[in-house]
Amino acid sequence: MAKKQIHLAAHFPGVNNTTVWSDPASGNHIEFASFRRFAQTAERGKFDFLFLAEGLRLREQGGRIYDLDVMGRPDNVAILQALAAVTDHIGLAGTVNSTFNEPLDVARKLATLDHLSGGRAAWNVVTSWDEFTGENFRRGGYLPKDKRYLRAQEMLATAQALWDSWDADDVLADAASGQFLRHGDAGRFAIRSDQFDISGRFPVPRSPQGRPVIIQAGDSEEGREFAASSADAIFTRHAELEAGQEFYADVKRRLEKFGRRPEDLKILPAATFVLGDTEEEAAENARQVQYQQVGPATAIAFAEQVWNRDLSDVDPDGPVPSFDPKTDDDVDSGGHISKGRASVRMYRDPVATANEWRELGEREGLSLREVVIRKNGRHTFVGTPQRVADTIDEFVQSDASDGFVLVPHITPGGMDPFVDQVVPLLQEKGSFRTEYEGTTLREHLGLRPSPTTVAAVSVEA
Amino acid sequence: MTQESALHLAVALDGTGWHPASWREPGARADELFTAGFWVDQVREAEAGLLDLVTFEDSFALDTDRADRAQGRLDAQLVALRVGPVTSRIGLVPTVVATHTEPFHVSTEIATLDYVTTGRAGVRVKVSSRADEYALFGRREYGAESHEGLFDEAADHIEVQRRLWDSWEDDAEIRDAATGRFVDRDKLHYIDFSGAHFSVRGPSITPRPPQGQPLVSALAHVDVAYRLAARGADLVFVTPGGVGRAGPTGDAEAILRQVRAEEASVGRTGEELRVLGDLLVVLDDSVDAARERLARLDATDGEELRSDARILTGTVGDVADVLESWHATGLAGARLRPAVTAHDLPRITRELVPELQRRGLFRTAYDADTLRGHFGLARPADRYAQV
Repeated sequence: MAKKQIHLAAHFPGVNNTTVWSDPASGNHIEFASFRRFAQTAERGKFDFLFLAEGLRLREQGGRIYDLDVMGRPDNVAILQALAAVTDHIGLAGTVNSTFNEPLDVARKLATLDHLSGGRAAWNVVTSWDEFTGENFRRGGYLPKDKRYLRAQEMLATAQALWDSWDADDVLADAASGQFLRHGDAGRFAIRSDQFDISGRFPVPRSPQGRPVIIQAGDSEEGREFAASSADAIFTRHAELEAGQEFYADVKRRLEKFGRRPEDLKILPAATFVLGDTEEEAAENARQVQYQQVGPATAIAFAEQVWNRDLSDVDPDGPVPSFDPKTDDDVDSGGHISKGRASVRMYRDPVATANEWRELGEREGLSLREVVIRKNGRHTFVGTPQRVADTIDEFVQSDASDGFVLVPHITPGGMDPFVDQVVPLLQEKGSFRTEYEGTTLREHLGLRPSPTTVAAVSVEA
Repeated sequence: MTQESALHLAVALDGTGWHPASWREPGARADELFTAGFWVDQVREAEAGLLDLVTFEDSFALDTDRADRAQGRLDAQLVALRVGPVTSRIGLVPTVVATHTEPFHVSTEIATLDYVTTGRAGVRVKVSSRADEYALFGRREYGAESHEGLFDEAADHIEVQRRLWDSWEDDAEIRDAATGRFVDRDKLHYIDFSGAHFSVRGPSITPRPPQGQPLVSALAHVDVAYRLAARGADLVFVTPGGVGRAGPTGDAEAILRQVRAEEASVGRTGEELRVLGDLLVVLDDSVDAARERLARLDATDGEELRSDARILTGTVGDVADVLESWHATGLAGARLRPAVTAHDLPRITRELVPELQRRGLFRTAYDADTLRGHFGLARPADRYAQV
């Protein structure tokens, strides 16, 4: 029996405090050379895919643009397409929002990416919730919150119908007989649903993967169901062994009712790592990174996201504030101090969160900044390369995950130590590929080929 | 100071070529139409000929239901992005349909193309005038809006792209460890555009691209389109001796007069529009051979070739003569549409270009690194920067 294989993704750090931009090793995060370097490193490490998140609006806090983190990024699908020119094997995954895009445009872009990368495209389907983001787009904040998942589901189903509207053998391109297409109207579709009423012909012939790989991020009940019904991979925050095993079992259990097998959906928690030559050195490195990631100003900013008020006069090196958070503006009402930040939604009960922080501070004599670090700055894997490789393998072999989405804290060189020091150990264990065996991302992930096609499609609400 | 080429030369890439039978010609590689190599090789050929730029046609809708014609189309912006890293000097100008796209997305995509190519990005903006293209989006009723309204929207689309490109001042990123600030937010700007079809708040998510303002272009046959170009473009493609929606477009001189009149009437300031004439070319060693080729292609397709641009069937010398006469009239150059890319593109790069060089009309080496540079356009100041 072959050993269960680990799947690894490399996440080019986005716009949050993960990236320690003040580090002298921290380079440019917008020039193409940085993306090329990062992608080629991940490909050298035989990673399954590269992942880029999406930006639709700069974050704000207290009515001003949030200026403490790395910010500014290229269009992610555009960069992935360019990276296809300088890589040969690695999958290319990007987040594309279902709220501020139209299915024909998105399906066409992903099919193009798949064609022009030889079958390496993946789409992380996400939804938006706020009018804040909508202010940059034609429709504004048009979508009621309770329709977010409906739209995402219909968007995905529609895109899949569009990809399936061409059969793999529709293009003959037979110059001798003069027949380019088997049927003159390949790609014909008509879709009418709650969100869409579109018809015509999809312009892109079937791409190498048929359907690009579908990723869903989200730990919620709705997110789990969505992923179980139609995703090939799920991103999760559950990077702790027991919680991970619980999540893993729960999501895999849901697959059967959709007629799918456990191996049809890969579970990939997000993870950070800090290495050292000894355990002590790694722990010290991790501590330093945490303090760099949560500087005094960032600690205050994080506290403001819980307290939902200006805390600029609070001392980050003093105790957690004794007063309660402001709770009159709920996160979804648009009145919250922090805008454009999905993580704020975690603070469903800010008073309880504040109490928790205060108790932790009092119990262990921690300052506000230290509490923030404890709550937000924990690294997933800290240790020697051997320890990290052992832990990753243990997670995967004990069904806490199928692998990880790794995000380094330095751009663009932060993945190099992992690739150079940890990957060879995973390969020694027989848990990770030493060469790419397939050509498409579906093959890297051990997924079945896309379902075969149907000529005319109708998606009902 | 670089010496700007006397003539500017572009090639319009569209699949296997602009003749519907082109896909059946030797070397057409029709079975590779949807692969990267097909596009990379074409653009490298154009770059070997020192051309200013290539354009990539685009449309969401397919052109025909005929099974004996090549069909299928990739996203033009992504084609340009795939080509970007493996070319070094030539400008890359994908087409964007303003009517059905988000100006915010297009602005960041073109800015990204500019980053990937370190300053060789352009965009050609067009409006959608086909019912089948509207139906693919299902959001707007075809024919419900005036032609003028659609062009106004395209002008707004360009304006939003441009404001977003400027919304980050060049020195906005400060990495000030002392205060923990990565950017100086006083150098990031809301664009607060409000128009009939969209409002966009900004700033962009993407810092100001290498060229500051990538090159904006449009194809125009009628006054409303000349006006769009005059309002928002750097470069306009026109069709001397061709046919537009309103009938014959007139000769180069008449068109140029109209373009300049529109520039005056919209109060354009700064650089005047660079005007390139479009020409669909069927090239061969003699006029007779070229005519024979076209006749054969038409017979294969079963229909006579039709085009909005003038069709020139002849030798590279004939093309050079036309370009020279256009140049004398005041056009900046030409955009050539090869009837059969596999045949006519090498004729352009390997025969026409040397002929133009002999006449002292075309560069013998690239002397600029950016697309704006090829046209002698400086990197513009940021509209939001305090002087």
